[in-house]
Amino acid sequence: MKILLDILNELHPDIEFENHNKLIDDGVLDSFDIVSLIAEIDSEFDVAIPAEEIIPDNFNSAKALYALIERLSDED
Amino acid sequence: MLFTSYSFLIFIALLFVIYYTIPKKYQWKLLLFASYLFYAFAGVKFLGYILLTTISVYLVSHKIDKLHQMRTQYLSKHKGELSREEKKEYKLSIKAIQWKWLLFTLFINFGILAVLKYTNFTIANINYLTQAFGNGRQLSFWNLALPMGISFYTFQTMGYIIDVYRGKYAPEKNLFKLALFVSFFPQLIQGPISRFDDLSKTLFKEKSFNNKSVNFGLQRIMWGFFKKVVIADRILIGVTTIVSNPDTYQGVFVFVGMLFYALQLYADFTGGIDITLGIAEVLGIKVQENFNRPYFSKSIKEFWRRWHITLGTWFKEYLFYPISVCRPMLKLSKFSRRIFGDAIGKRIPVYLATLVVWFTTGIWHGSSWNFVVWGLMNSLVILVSQEFEPLYERFHNKFKIQHTFGFRSFQVARTILLMSSLRLFDCYRDVPLTFKMFGTMFTNYNVNILFNGDLMNLGLSMADYIVLLMGLVLLLTVSLIQRNGSVRSQLEIQPLVLRYAIYYSLIIAVIILGAYGVGYDSSQFIYNQF
Repeated sequence: MKILLDILNELHPDIEFENHNKLIDDGVLDSFDIVSLIAEIDSEFDVAIPAEEIIPDNFNSAKALYALIERLSDED
Repeated sequence: MLFTSYSFLIFIALLFVIYYTIPKKYQWKLLLFASYLFYAFAGVKFLGYILLTTISVYLVSHKIDKLHQMRTQYLSKHKGELSREEKKEYKLSIKAIQWKWLLFTLFINFGILAVLKYTNFTIANINYLTQAFGNGRQLSFWNLALPMGISFYTFQTMGYIIDVYRGKYAPEKNLFKLALFVSFFPQLIQGPISRFDDLSKTLFKEKSFNNKSVNFGLQRIMWGFFKKVVIADRILIGVTTIVSNPDTYQGVFVFVGMLFYALQLYADFTGGIDITLGIAEVLGIKVQENFNRPYFSKSIKEFWRRWHITLGTWFKEYLFYPISVCRPMLKLSKFSRRIFGDAIGKRIPVYLATLVVWFTTGIWHGSSWNFVVWGLMNSLVILVSQEFEPLYERFHNKFKIQHTFGFRSFQVARTILLMSSLRLFDCYRDVPLTFKMFGTMFTNYNVNILFNGDLMNLGLSMADYIVLLMGLVLLLTVSLIQRNGSVRSQLEIQPLVLRYAIYYSLIIAVIILGAYGVGYDSSQFIYNQF
């Protein structure tokens, strides 16, 4: 989780990602951020997030995103 | 049958009456019949294309779904027997078959669209090249007619099949219901591009006559008519005069034409969508909004989130993300990071996907280099502003003017000017001429045309300018009121006299102030051509 928070903080240092749960709904993360994020996650966790998983539920909070990474890594 | 033609008015009036008279279980069937009738008006020969799309997508969506079910059954039947690797291998083998079916459908449908829309554009380019570098042999153009709304219904239907492939929802069992989703007439010719899970919630439902919904729908239709016939069709005259005579109208004229076109396109497209959404509302159907006060955007990126929203969402979900996060792209990103470093490497997926999306957005709008360049220029502006963001942040940290009214107004004006200048590609006949005319704005300072009466020679009289100015003020007022929610809901709580005074003024304005000429049949909506 810490690695993920570091990646997120690097994208937007001004946001408190630990407590935010409307990252997509509030427009904190836009499509460019999401693509950068997925490339970073692939690089750090070796998990490729497919396009069909890019839905608000998976990206609205760091916790949800981490759960997605864990699920995809289990499936691999 | 144009939305603003008399025959269409009779068509929807009859439809509304029959829709609420027949037993409710026949309502969606009536809509299907009406949609195909509407389509047949554009040419019976075109029905084959929309039928082919509907049937091919119906069959393949069920094939894909059958494979989904087969996979689930097999895995649950052999739950304890299969190793993790075997399960993964099995899933991948099923996915591979589904992928082939999906590709086949995409190929057929986008293939039809591409052949009909781009064959003559390709031939024109080949002819140009053989003329310039080859033996000069010229290919003949094909006699192709573009079926009405094909760009819209193809995108909507391909979105549906991709969603089924992704397992987002089960395919529609009833072929005729799917046929209605593909052909629903109010949105067939200029969108919005709906999603099945969204539109199907109300499209097939049995509806009782709801006074409020019908009332609101009619108000919205009338507002759409006002924008189209009073504003767009009137200012069109000025735009046409300026852009069709580039030798005469240069410099400040180009600037005036650019702003006129920004207003025309807004009134035309949002007016058309208002009519679409209004008709749907009268029928008790909820269609997704396509605009969110776009001219109040503070950046181009924001503008594209608020203008033609459903097309932008389509491209984002079905093209931008799949390209930018596919495995080859992630590999390319890793590779470029090793070679060029983190800063460049991480930009590669975003840059490439953005260019592809905007090239496609451009070519979707029309088969000409004007639209290709327009698309690529949009991507250029978006990527450059993305790169400038850290600079903007430093600026805002230092000067703290970001939230002032003055700075926000500057951002809005900047976005409008940028968007309007890019749209010059939509106005002039070719790319070099567009650049030339854009250039004249900075070389020909004929500001005097604003005061010497030359603006009165564009085909618009003083009365026209007054109507346009009043229309513009009204558009602005409505947009400002919309910040606090639905205008119609706010109007609903006003005193009866005031409400009806506004309704009747709007109706009278459409009847009296519409830009109707002799033998009037309103000009085509701009987005009907796409």
